[in-house]
Amino acid sequence: MNESNTLILRTAALFLMPLQLLFSVFLLLRGHDEPGGGFIAGLVASGAVVLFLFSYGVREARSLLRVDPRDLLAAGLLFGLASVFPALLVGDPLMTAQWWYLPMPGGGTLKLSTPLIFDIGVYLTVVGAILTMVFALSQAESDA
Amino acid sequence: MSLAALPILVPLAAGALSVAFWRSVAAQRAIALAGTLILLFVSILLMQQVHSEGFVVLHMGGWQAPLGITLAVDMLGAIMVLLTGITGLAIALFSLGDTPERHEKFGYYPLMHLLLAGVAGSFVTGDIFNLYVWFEVMLIASFALLTLGGERAQMEGAIKYVTLNLFSSAIFLSAVGILYGLVGTLNMADIAQKLGQVEDTGMVNVVAVMFMVAFGIKASAFPLFFWLPASYHTPLVGVSALFAGLLTKVGVYSLFRMFTVVFDHDVAYTHTILLWVAALTMLSGVLGAAAQFEFRRILSFHIISQIGYMILGLALYTPLAIIGGVFYIMHHIIVKTTLFLVSGVTYRLTGTHELSELGGFYRERPMLSVLFLIPAFSLAGMPPLSGFFAKLIVIRAGIEAEAWTVTAVALLVGLLTLYSMVKIWAEVFWKARPEAEDGVQRPEPRTEGLVWMYVAITGLAACTIFIGLNGQPIYNLAEVAAEQLMQPQGYIDAVLEGRP
Repeated sequence: MNESNTLILRTAALFLMPLQLLFSVFLLLRGHDEPGGGFIAGLVASGAVVLFLFSYGVREARSLLRVDPRDLLAAGLLFGLASVFPALLVGDPLMTAQWWYLPMPGGGTLKLSTPLIFDIGVYLTVVGAILTMVFALSQAESDA
Repeated sequence: MSLAALPILVPLAAGALSVAFWRSVAAQRAIALAGTLILLFVSILLMQQVHSEGFVVLHMGGWQAPLGITLAVDMLGAIMVLLTGITGLAIALFSLGDTPERHEKFGYYPLMHLLLAGVAGSFVTGDIFNLYVWFEVMLIASFALLTLGGERAQMEGAIKYVTLNLFSSAIFLSAVGILYGLVGTLNMADIAQKLGQVEDTGMVNVVAVMFMVAFGIKASAFPLFFWLPASYHTPLVGVSALFAGLLTKVGVYSLFRMFTVVFDHDVAYTHTILLWVAALTMLSGVLGAAAQFEFRRILSFHIISQIGYMILGLALYTPLAIIGGVFYIMHHIIVKTTLFLVSGVTYRLTGTHELSELGGFYRERPMLSVLFLIPAFSLAGMPPLSGFFAKLIVIRAGIEAEAWTVTAVALLVGLLTLYSMVKIWAEVFWKARPEAEDGVQRPEPRTEGLVWMYVAITGLAACTIFIGLNGQPIYNLAEVAAEQLMQPQGYIDAVLEGRP
């Protein structure tokens, strides 16, 4: 994928990408009770990176991401796996959801849970898988 | 504590770890070896637990039986998981010696672990929709393994493989949907219990036949078997050995599970169809093999004919026949994997799978010849190897059930199997190796890693002899499995115990 030369896309991408990434985190966190979740959030986040790739090219996108997408993929799989085991520590059957409530300064409570860990795993796996594919395809095209 | 989930978690963890170490092939190899070793260890522990407790049940996430996903392992499941562990370790060992680095870099080991997780998952689950999910996990992993390397023949085989398997999945899913409409549950034990109260028995038969078609395609039973010989000879030998040993047997296992525990309401109808399928599968497989002159294609067609024997055991539906079927599965997985791995060594040493170009191995590699003879004679049913007992039990059951036609077919097919094995023996091992044309110098065979391949083959051949020499204890295991299948109430009670 050769980078685009249009000024509008390049400028817009710089504004849109942070918004998209923020929105993906929002989707990830609300996903447990409301529409959203790791999968759709991962798609939105990889959409942000792909938009950047379209306007600035694959090399810039790789250096923006800093880590190899395959590492994200692996981390996601390990997160997903890790969410299975906390249940065993408290003596519940495997995969039973565990919740931890942390009181926050200012009166609120932070709800953490194994489904959240699993969702983060899904998020990272989706981002990693899609970016691995898109990077490989655009690399092949720019090398050709 | 219930160990039912471990055979899934171990390969999944090993797979995730090998993705994490994607930069280092050496680390992935170590994980492949360690992961499959632990899987074998876990499967032995699970077998012990099943042996002492009868059924090992785990309600995932604490959701009780008909509501949540339940893992339920009976003796048949434990046997299958154990065989998965043995085959997995053998394939990992063989792959250390034979997988080109190009394949290793493109995710060979993670896919292998994923495939093993899918296979083990199918064997431990007690939920029909979960079974479908594991089938899909297997299909995805096997499709990637089949096309890894990207050669033309592989693509051609893969298209047939994927098309028919997706077709089968679609039928499977529709059948699950209709079944859910009939009984309102997905838990196999619960389905079995509620099917008896369904008044529309015609509809139940339709669903049963849909499951039969779906699993029949996966098991490569007549008439929809042609995807198997079209694809199994194209990938790396380690991959085709893994497929040959385990994949079709997941289909056979599902047939055994569904047509004993769940669909036992109209045996005269369903199992008569199975009986004909068994006879035709045996015949078409062995006749197809007689016409082939490529090492792995001959072996592929023999998978089909052997599947026929297993289905025959199920179709006769007497306790002895089920024992025979289970025994046959045990014997077949090990023997067939060994034979494919032997073809891998001959390919490594000569660079060809064509019988006409092979030869002279008896003189050059007597050790390899013995390692071929053991599984080959076992496949053909020579005493005292495992195949003899497997065939003996099935045929005896056939005679006792007075099913003369299929018994005659089974005997004839045994003879023709011997013919095929003798053909390979004569061409590959006995005859002198044909001279290369035009005096072209043959390249020196690559021998690095060969020792890993020999270790894998020797271990599996030892298993064959072990099963042959310890026929009685193995028979007892199969007997327990058959008893549990023929009296599904025990399974049903174990799963639904403590239901709300």
